[in-house]
Amino acid sequence: MNRKTRITGTLFIGTTAFSAFLIIAVIIILLVVIVIGGKDTFSWKFLTSFPQDGMMKGGIFPAIYGTALLVLIMSVAAVPFGTITAIYLTEYASEKSILAQTIRFAVRTLATVPSIIFGLFGLGFFIKFVGGEMDSVFLGGQLKWGQPNILWASLTMALLTLPVVIVSVEEAIRAVPREMREASLALGATKWETIRRIVIPGSRSGIMTGTILAISRGAGEVAPILFTGAAYYLASLPTSLSDQFMNLGYHIYIMATQSANVDQTLPIQFATTLVLLMLTFMLNLTAVIIRSRLRRKAK
Amino acid sequence: MDNPVANKGFVFTKESLQKKFRLSEFLSEKIITGVAFLSITIIILIFFFVFRETLPIFSSKKDTTKVETVQKQEQYRGEDPKGPTNASGQEQYGVTTKDTMMIENQAKVEDTVVHEADEATMKNLIGKEWFPVSDRPRYGLIPLLVGTLKITLLAILFAAPIAILAALFSASFAPYWLREIIKPAIELLAGFPSVVIGFFALMVMASFFQNIFGYDTRLNAFVGGVAMALAAIPIIYTITEDALTAVPRSYTEASLALGASRWQTALFVTLPAATPGIFAAILLGIGRIFGETMIALMATGNAAMISVNPFESVRTLAATIGAEMAEVVFGDTHYSVLFLIGSLLFIFTFGLNALAEFYVKGRLVKRFQGK
Repeated sequence: MNRKTRITGTLFIGTTAFSAFLIIAVIIILLVVIVIGGKDTFSWKFLTSFPQDGMMKGGIFPAIYGTALLVLIMSVAAVPFGTITAIYLTEYASEKSILAQTIRFAVRTLATVPSIIFGLFGLGFFIKFVGGEMDSVFLGGQLKWGQPNILWASLTMALLTLPVVIVSVEEAIRAVPREMREASLALGATKWETIRRIVIPGSRSGIMTGTILAISRGAGEVAPILFTGAAYYLASLPTSLSDQFMNLGYHIYIMATQSANVDQTLPIQFATTLVLLMLTFMLNLTAVIIRSRLRRKAK
Repeated sequence: MDNPVANKGFVFTKESLQKKFRLSEFLSEKIITGVAFLSITIIILIFFFVFRETLPIFSSKKDTTKVETVQKQEQYRGEDPKGPTNASGQEQYGVTTKDTMMIENQAKVEDTVVHEADEATMKNLIGKEWFPVSDRPRYGLIPLLVGTLKITLLAILFAAPIAILAALFSASFAPYWLREIIKPAIELLAGFPSVVIGFFALMVMASFFQNIFGYDTRLNAFVGGVAMALAAIPIIYTITEDALTAVPRSYTEASLALGASRWQTALFVTLPAATPGIFAAILLGIGRIFGETMIALMATGNAAMISVNPFESVRTLAATIGAEMAEVVFGDTHYSVLFLIGSLLFIFTFGLNALAEFYVKGRLVKRFQGK
């Protein structure tokens, strides 16, 4: 090989390596900046106290509580439906059938729909259509469900995270060895019994990964809840499904762009971002670890 | 139990071999199939309900559906910035101050809003001005479209080369241990909430780039583009990496056996073979950037103006919905126009996804199986 080719090769490999390290470097810088900016304000008290002085001081407890409640209701809705869809795709549908392919296409489409569209849908469908109808039918036109609240926000978020659950569970179900299903069927169990006793327990870790990833996604997304239930500031915690709620991501957005004195609240903003980042980071890390174990088992 | 094997004297008849009807089996299968339809249902419902809220725009003039379709078609033609340049608003209303959030301006104007000439006619929608909250509201979508296209172009120009080269590195050159670090790290970046990336761009990147380039507007398309590239890189990287590793071993082995070096194999054999996958990766990356809301809201400055300068503020379609929807009156024209923008976004990303899906599937199967 001549010298010119070798130099070109080294340059080319160097460029690819540089690109990879550039991405890693940006990730590290982002993490370091957020950690340094937020670590002084971050404390146990910050996590457990209410905002004070018009959000200029104090903690972010209501935002954490609201986010937790949001992802809880969201998971209750998204995980069962996602799991059942995954079971259908792997156990019942034949790979080539048009129906299965259409469902797959729908799931992938759902995964690529911009999150703001889910917000619009939540507003148009859940709040105006479902909520509005509920009000006029049950409450005689009194406004209760036809306005933004935590239930509609959670359900909107559930639609967004549904594909996340489906994809993870499907992968886990496929990793359940064929022999186990066949053994179960050979022993006389029916298809549904096999799914209930063999397939679902066997893919429990996948369902868990899916749930964790969905929670992480749901905790971080802001666009879908901008106008379906998130509130700027609430003096009390949400107690019913028809209450509005505070949210970590929304808190960051509002504080960074619309608060009265952005510079003064900067430490709070950084600390809130740190909390959100740590939360999603931990959740994703857990999911990655469980998943890599699962993949090793499958091999 | 009616297990035929356990029963020694059992004779297999046609009836005994037939599937027995069991209610629980039947029900479970039906319920599971029904639930699986949910994803399709949701897509259809999104289509229906997002479009439904835009209807008042089209019916405000004449109630016939024919007018509606004609208007829609014209609407799409209007997407082209070079298309019919219909100057709807001649006089300049207000001053587009740089570096101030439009939202704040609106809050001030809001009290004095008069909804008189509040009509989103064709002329109004393809206008060059976006002043939805003013005495004479103008819903010109052109500046929003230009802004969105500009930022998408910028972001994809940053994201695509870096992500593809990084994928090539981890698929072809990196030693195993390094790949095991790079891949999960970039997957973790995919998990960063966009509001965090937006915050980072707003607080850190904007000032950093301002020091380097010395531009006037602190928040602009460039900052937003770089931040959105961060959101798109993991998508492009992951799909490209998958496409590269899916290239059959025989390809690379043949190339190496013929005397090509590793980088030549990677550049001239693996990369071209994975083109359909990379194409899909870029399409999905564009889709992500196009619909990204939080980063656009926080890092682009949000001033609706038409310019090609990357260091000017832009207002994207998605950010417009995010910023204004919370403040509009349910059911008025502004509300419907925001839903119209949502419909445009939805159609566009749906199209991109469909294109990525079908193009790639067709091409990859053809290429690797020789069909």
